[in-house]
Amino acid sequence: MLKLEARPQPSKFWGIGSPLLALVFTVIIGVAIFMLMGKDPVKGLLVFFWEPIKSGYALSELAVKATPLAIIALGLAVCFRSNVWNIGAEGQFVLGAITAGGVALLADASTGPWIIPLILLAGVLGGMFWAAIAALLRDRFNANEILVTLMLVYVADLVLSYLVYGPWKDPNGFNFPQTKTFEKATQIPKLFAGTRINIGLLIALFGVAGMWIYMFRTYGGFQLQVGGLAPAAARYAGFSSRRALWTALLVSGGAAGLAGALEVAGPIGQLTPYVPAGYGFAAIIVAFVGRLNPIGIVFSAILMSMFYIGGELAQSRLGLPKSLTGVFQGLLLFTLLACDTLIAYRVVWKSGSIKSGAK
Amino acid sequence: MEQYALLIAATLNAGTVLSIAALGLLINERSGIVNLGAEGMMLCAAIAGFAAVVHTGNDWVGFGAGMLAGGVLAAIFGYLVIWLNTNQFATGLALTLFGAGFSAFAGVKYVQEKLPERSSFSIPGLSDIPLLGTALFKQHPMVYFAMALTAFIIWFLFKTRSGLVLRSIGESPEAAHSLGYPVRRIRLAAVVVGGMLCGLAGAYLSIIYTPLWVEGMVSGKGWIALALTTFATWRPLRVLFGAYLFGGVTMLQFHLQGQGVEIASQFLSMTPYIATIVVLALISRNPALIRINMPASIGKPFYPGS
Repeated sequence: MLKLEARPQPSKFWGIGSPLLALVFTVIIGVAIFMLMGKDPVKGLLVFFWEPIKSGYALSELAVKATPLAIIALGLAVCFRSNVWNIGAEGQFVLGAITAGGVALLADASTGPWIIPLILLAGVLGGMFWAAIAALLRDRFNANEILVTLMLVYVADLVLSYLVYGPWKDPNGFNFPQTKTFEKATQIPKLFAGTRINIGLLIALFGVAGMWIYMFRTYGGFQLQVGGLAPAAARYAGFSSRRALWTALLVSGGAAGLAGALEVAGPIGQLTPYVPAGYGFAAIIVAFVGRLNPIGIVFSAILMSMFYIGGELAQSRLGLPKSLTGVFQGLLLFTLLACDTLIAYRVVWKSGSIKSGAK
Repeated sequence: MEQYALLIAATLNAGTVLSIAALGLLINERSGIVNLGAEGMMLCAAIAGFAAVVHTGNDWVGFGAGMLAGGVLAAIFGYLVIWLNTNQFATGLALTLFGAGFSAFAGVKYVQEKLPERSSFSIPGLSDIPLLGTALFKQHPMVYFAMALTAFIIWFLFKTRSGLVLRSIGESPEAAHSLGYPVRRIRLAAVVVGGMLCGLAGAYLSIIYTPLWVEGMVSGKGWIALALTTFATWRPLRVLFGAYLFGGVTMLQFHLQGQGVEIASQFLSMTPYIATIVVLALISRNPALIRINMPASIGKPFYPGS
C-alpha cells in the first residue's frame, strides 16, 4: 500500500512543483464539472485559459484584475511569513476604498492631479487603521486576530453600505446607492491609452521588488521570518514579537487599503455597494499558491485573474454561473495544500503487513 | 408584554443556529482540531438542505442532506489535516472559500424558490400558558433538540469513558497514542461529527429560520460559532447560553429596526460582529483563563510513531 515517508530535507522540487500539480488537479476537476453541467469541457477550458490571453486587450484586462490581487497578496505574504493570520484583507481593502473615495469626493473641477497621491495615501491609512484594530486587540487583549480581522470585514461592508445609501449618496443619482462619479482629476493615470491598465501595475511591480528586498535582504525582514518559523528562537534572540505583529498587520492592511484606493479611483471611479469583489479573500489563495514569495505571487495573481475573467466569460458564453470562479479558487487552495504534503514527505510503496517487515 | 415574549422566542430560535454549530465545533476542538471551515460547511449544508426540501417537501430529509454535506466536507478537511498534516488554519480557510464558491454555484437555480408554509409547532398544554407559552413552548423541535444536545454532550464529555478519551487526545495526543488509542481515527470522528452538526445548523438556517436561499446567507454565523467556543472556554453549557446571548443581540437589533429607532440600520446590523470582537477581547484578556481551559494540543499537528 502507499505510505508517506518523511524526507530528510524538504523537497525544493515540490516547493515549485506542488502549485503546478495542484493546478493540474483543479483543471481535471474543472473538466468533470463542465461535463456534469452538460458543457463542452474544451470550450470551458478555452474560456478560462485561452480567452484571457489571446489578444492585447485581453491581456490588459488580465493585468487590471491581477494588480489588486498581487498588491494585497504581497502584504499578506509578509503577514503569513511572520505567522500572523490576517484573513480580513477584504475588510481592509473596503476601508481603503472608503477613505480614498472620501478624499476623491472632496475634489472639484478645479482640482489638480496633486490629489492622486493624497487618494492613495488615504487608502493606505484606511487599510492600516482597520488592521491596527486587530493588532491592538491582539497586543493588548490577546484577542485572536483571525476572528477579529474577519469580523471587521462585515463591519467594513456595512460602513460602506451606510455611506452609499446615506450621507455620500449622489443627490442626482436617481436614488441609486452610489456616490457621484469622481472628478476627472482623481482618475489614477493610465499607462497605455485604450486599456484600463494604470500606474497600479507599476506600484505592484515595485512592491514585488520591495518585498523581496525587505524579506530576504534586511534585518527587519529576517526577524519577522524567524518569529514566524521559530517563535522560541526569536524570543531567545531578543526579537520583539510585538513589533513583528504590528509590522505584519500594518503592512498587509496598508497594502490592502492601497489596492482598494487604486480600484475605486481607477477602474470603478465611484463608491458603490459592489466595491467588495472578494479580492481580499482571493489574495489569500494568491499568497499561498505563490509560495509567499514575491515572484511566485506575480504568477499566481495572473492565474487567479484568469479565474475571474474565465468565470465572467463562462457566464456570458456558456451560461454557467459566475460563481464558478469561487469554486475553482477554493479547489486550487485545497489541492495545493494536499500537494504540499509532497514537500515534506515522499510517497513510497510498502507491501505486506507490519509483522512481515522484519528489520 | 406580548412583543417581549415574541422577542424571547425569536432569541431562542436565532441562538439555535449558533448553538448547534458551536457545539459541533466544540467537539472537534476538544479533540485538538480547529476547523475554520465552519462557514463554508454551513453554506454548503444550507443549500443542500434547502434543495432537498424543495425536491422532497420533507424538512427532515433536508436536515439529513445538510448533515451529509457538512460531514463529507469535514471528512475531506479531516483527512488533509490529520493524515497529510496540512496546516489546520489554511485548510479550514480553503474549506470556507470553497464552500462559499460552491454553494453560490450550486444555489443559482434555487434563489427564487420558496418553501411551502409550515404548520406552526407547539407543545400541547404548555403552549397555552400566557406569555410563557409564546416565549418558550411554540418553537420548532430543533430548538429543543439544541438544548437536549447540550445536555447529551455534557454527559458524553464528562461522564463517559469515550468522552474522557476524546478530551485526553485533545490535551495530549502523544500520551493517548502511547496508551494505544487510535488518535487519528478518533480525531477524524470528532471532526466529522463537528461537520455534521455545522451542517445541521446550516440546514436549519435555510429551511426553517429564514426560510429561503441567498448567496452567502450564513453571513458570518460560522465564524461567530467558532468565536463562541472560545468565549465559552470550551464548556458546552456556556456555549448554549453564549449562543442565546448572541441570538438576543441579533434579535434586539431587528426589534429596534422595527421600532423605527433613529439609528441607520447598517449600524444596528453591525452589532453581532462588534459584540463578537468586544467579547473576544474581554475573555482573551485573561491569558490564564484561556490557557487553563483550552485543549492543550489545539491547532498542533500530531505525527504518530514516525
